[in-house]
Amino acid sequence: MAYSKKVVDKFENTINEPAKYNVGRFDPKEMNVGTGMVGAPACGDVMKLQIKCESQGNTHVIKDVKFKTYGCGSAIASSSELVEMLIGKTLEEAKEIKNIDIVEALELPPIKIHCSVLAEDSIKQAIEDYEQKQ
Amino acid sequence: MSNDINLPIYMDYASTTPVDPRVAKKISDHLTIDGNFGNPASRSHKFGWKAEEAVEEARSHVANLVNCDPREIVWTSGATEADNLAIKGVANFYHKNGKHIITSKIEHKAVLDPCRQLERDGFEVTYLEPNEGGVITPEAVLNAIREDTVLISIMHINNELGTINDLSGIGNIAREKGIFFHVDAAQSTGKVAIDLSSLPVDLMSFSAHKTYGPKGIGALFVRRKPRVRIEAQIHGGGHERGMRSGTLPTHQIVGMGEAFRIAKEEMDVDNQRIKLLHDKFYESVAKIEEIYVNGDVNNKVCNILNISFAYVEGESLIMALKDIAVSSGSACTSASLEPSYVLRALGRKDELASSSIRFSFGRFTTEQEVDFTLTLINHAVERLRELSPLWEMYLDGIDLDTVDWQTH
Repeated sequence: MAYSKKVVDKFENTINEPAKYNVGRFDPKEMNVGTGMVGAPACGDVMKLQIKCESQGNTHVIKDVKFKTYGCGSAIASSSELVEMLIGKTLEEAKEIKNIDIVEALELPPIKIHCSVLAEDSIKQAIEDYEQKQ
Repeated sequence: MSNDINLPIYMDYASTTPVDPRVAKKISDHLTIDGNFGNPASRSHKFGWKAEEAVEEARSHVANLVNCDPREIVWTSGATEADNLAIKGVANFYHKNGKHIITSKIEHKAVLDPCRQLERDGFEVTYLEPNEGGVITPEAVLNAIREDTVLISIMHINNELGTINDLSGIGNIAREKGIFFHVDAAQSTGKVAIDLSSLPVDLMSFSAHKTYGPKGIGALFVRRKPRVRIEAQIHGGGHERGMRSGTLPTHQIVGMGEAFRIAKEEMDVDNQRIKLLHDKFYESVAKIEEIYVNGDVNNKVCNILNISFAYVEGESLIMALKDIAVSSGSACTSASLEPSYVLRALGRKDELASSSIRFSFGRFTTEQEVDFTLTLINHAVERLRELSPLWEMYLDGIDLDTVDWQTH
């Protein structure tokens, strides 16, 4: 299989220690929670990403993240990688994260680039959801 | 538990089997200067005669397993070539009788691709849908027959599901209508008894490497009575009564012969043992919530079990089961990102098709390996479901079909 060791490690760590790797959920109705869900079962991947933010001055900081992903090994690894990138970032900084950052961090093969695109879409949607609530 | 077990565990016997050590011995006796290495086509010396004798003995073993005349067996490089030779061979020889072929959507690519090629050459092909149980019914075949149908090609045992088609039923219809009937039996030998003396089948493809023989060798049964004629696809010397030229690979042929001889002798014992393993496996997996067996459990061989684990994606499951060698219904790993066309033909939704895994057992599978695999499956499915937003929605009582998914 054309998987990098990084993808394999990330995938295995995430499934073996889900709590440590932020697998889970927040109540989507909470005002400080933003939820994004992208993909479709028929396409083989669905990512659900939730951010919990705190306002600091005139900005908002991501204090905690939870996710669940249905998909191939690289989809799961991509979400997990993204989650680590998000914690502690302001929303402005989070918006700057691009799929290519995940591709590079995990050394994703070309055929799996769509997983990183999906991850980028999930954070965009989660931020949008959060901002609408404010 | 893993201390006394060799990892990874091979559960992909339907893909290929290891060569039986007895077969390997036979092969190695036909390679070197000390062995029987001659060209079976050499008529002028003992090396050739001895090689020819070995080839003919092997031909008898193959014929004996399926109860036909050895003169009806043509050596090929494998089942793929046998399928090509049968389908293109009949179509090209009898094209004046008609240009319509019937096959099914769940055939192996070795049948589908030659049919596609014939379509480019001006033939018309009907691709039959299987029923829910993964079977092509004789009725479906009957309904598809036209005035100009020259060939019906339907597999015996489906390689992904293990489901068994009714060869007598289909063959009798073919006979009655005067249409040639070809069967891809790559998955059958050593698993179910085949009696070509009574089966109304005109051509049948065999493979050695699915039955503990070597890769690169197979055979095509071409019936003599009533006679079936085929146009050769490979020319160059007129070997195999003109149907397939090329120097016969004695070592591979004796390997196939020995493998089929053993299959005949040990089929019942093998099957009894594998059935016990299968039943144990199935009963345990069936306890997992939301799993679906693909293909009719009551009409399949016991060495293949295809299961969809709902709300878990197949490729991630294979990755989580890295110590188990299995095959996924999802072809994600093979770069096409398409769920299995066989499962789709069954009417399975894409997500169920792509969450499927084919487990296949064989002569060297142990009970200990089955137990170990079951433990791993339970663990992996539980973990991946914990990670699955779809499983969460299922537990919350949300019908996934009502969700407005954002496809991309």
